[in-house]
Amino acid sequence: MIKVEDLRKTYRAGLVEVHALRGVSFEIDRGEYVAVVGPSGSGKSTLMHLLGCLDVPTAGRYIFDGVEVSALREDELAKVRNRKIGFVFQSFHLLPRLTALENVELPLVYRGVDTATRRERARRALEMVGLGARVQHYPNELSGGEQQRVAIARAMVGEPVLLLADEPTGNLDSRTGAEVLDLFQRINDAGCTVIMVTHDLNAASRAKRILRIRDGLLEGDERV
Amino acid sequence: MDFATSLKIGLKAILSNRLRSGLTILGVVIGVAAVIGVVAVAQGSQRQVTSQIESLGTYLLTVSIRGRGADRVLTCDEVMELTGGIDGVAGVSPVVTGSATAKYGTRKYECTLLGVNEQYATVRDLRLQTGRFLTQLDVSTRQKVALLGQNVVTELFGLSDPVGKEVKLNGQTFAVIGVLAPRGGGPAGTEDDQVLIPVTSAERLIGRRGVSTFYVKGRDKESVGQISAAISDRLYRRFRDEEAYRIFDQTQMLETITNISQTLTLMLASIAFISLLVGGIGIMNIMLVSVVERTREIGLRKAVGATRRDVMRQFLIESALLSGIGGVVGIITGATLARGIASAIKVPAVFPWAGAGIAIALALAVGIGFGIYPASRAANLEPIEALRTE
Repeated sequence: MIKVEDLRKTYRAGLVEVHALRGVSFEIDRGEYVAVVGPSGSGKSTLMHLLGCLDVPTAGRYIFDGVEVSALREDELAKVRNRKIGFVFQSFHLLPRLTALENVELPLVYRGVDTATRRERARRALEMVGLGARVQHYPNELSGGEQQRVAIARAMVGEPVLLLADEPTGNLDSRTGAEVLDLFQRINDAGCTVIMVTHDLNAASRAKRILRIRDGLLEGDERV
Repeated sequence: MDFATSLKIGLKAILSNRLRSGLTILGVVIGVAAVIGVVAVAQGSQRQVTSQIESLGTYLLTVSIRGRGADRVLTCDEVMELTGGIDGVAGVSPVVTGSATAKYGTRKYECTLLGVNEQYATVRDLRLQTGRFLTQLDVSTRQKVALLGQNVVTELFGLSDPVGKEVKLNGQTFAVIGVLAPRGGGPAGTEDDQVLIPVTSAERLIGRRGVSTFYVKGRDKESVGQISAAISDRLYRRFRDEEAYRIFDQTQMLETITNISQTLTLMLASIAFISLLVGGIGIMNIMLVSVVERTREIGLRKAVGATRRDVMRQFLIESALLSGIGGVVGIITGATLARGIASAIKVPAVFPWAGAGIAIALALAVGIGFGIYPASRAANLEPIEALRTE
């Protein structure tokens, strides 16, 4: 489902060019559960942004779900993110002025789904992550673990084919972190491809495949 | 994304920072209120002046013979002769003015006496409430008949019908043949205080021969100018002195006044509009701050699928809401203010519907215009950059 060929990304930081990715190639099949690990500055976040269509590569090819992503315009990228990808971030990124339900509705809002359907699907997504009783709570009324579960509900409400998680357990204690990882397991068991960027080896060990990134290059590709 | 949802998001954003939104809106309110207030008061005073002039009658020329002495008056026949044969004349009436004490039984009233002919009703667009107007026969045979104004009737007769009764004017008995419909204020005081009698009878009653004022009514706007020129020509031949007469063209005067007051209104409104622009700059300022504060929100919205258009629209709706609310509140404030000022300087306040429409449109245009830059900055944010901001 994912095919990456000689993917490169170069940033300009003032006069200095930063080679964040220097030619990475791999393939990921539908339904895989992959952890991307590496030290900070290795380029794994850049890889995550490229895979999530949040950014376009400087060179190389990225084919996602049969579409050559590197050739897409910005609005087309937004549409791919909206329909095919769910994001989970380290710092949750919930909108503080919206309730849990409204936060979960967001991807459907931009998809043009009508209000009633949106409500119903968001409610079901929140029930799936075990927060059916918290729909009207605002993010600051929820614990860290609950906030991350709201974020997961938001990622999954649009039934994406790929769930991308960037250090999903980074801001959580080990017990709530484990709950989140259990949730990922369930999502993956239901057939959704999961890619998780992490430097938590405990979290990485839950995946079935580990990609190791170092200095912008793929250093290892192990299947567990 | 549908419009209702966009609107809801915008409202929520505005309500989440009430003080700041309120102050921003206040800037627009002041601008719009200033425009509406100025225009309302200006139009009110214009209407007052206009209605005073119009109360003379439309397409009216007032000819006054100036100076003293027997050679500086015209007889009634001369007036008719002088205006005879001019194209477009709808009516001519000489006017002799004096004051008289009207008496009915024991009641007395000081009124304005006007000696006129049978064409005066046409010339001045008078309407009768009851009875009949003067006839040519009344004038030529010096009949002692009178038409009374509303105030005269109320003071002398109360609620009873005066037609057919007799009143004494300066001691002479006149038969009341009609009552004039109420007219209200003119430039020379209320016309409801008048008593109209045949001009020939008036000359006798007042004890002065000759006419120094007469009215000429034109059929339409174009003919008024030609009539004015023709009369001026004939009067010059009669007196050989341009100073001996003056022709007051009501239509021309009206146009001049209207022009001046429109220019003034426009000028004042432009000055007021500047404050609306300042309000717009306030919106832009607050929207720019808002974009910076909500960088992470924008990043997240883009990550879950908002396009540039979606983000652009969200911020434009927000600034349009700020200015739109300001516009509505401003119109209400401006209208209230205008009523206060108008009653203080004793002119009628005219609510400028067109002005209000323009003010709302301008406010929205200002909101959207000044919102475009902040909104496009928001729309152009890179999602990863935006998400990284703490």
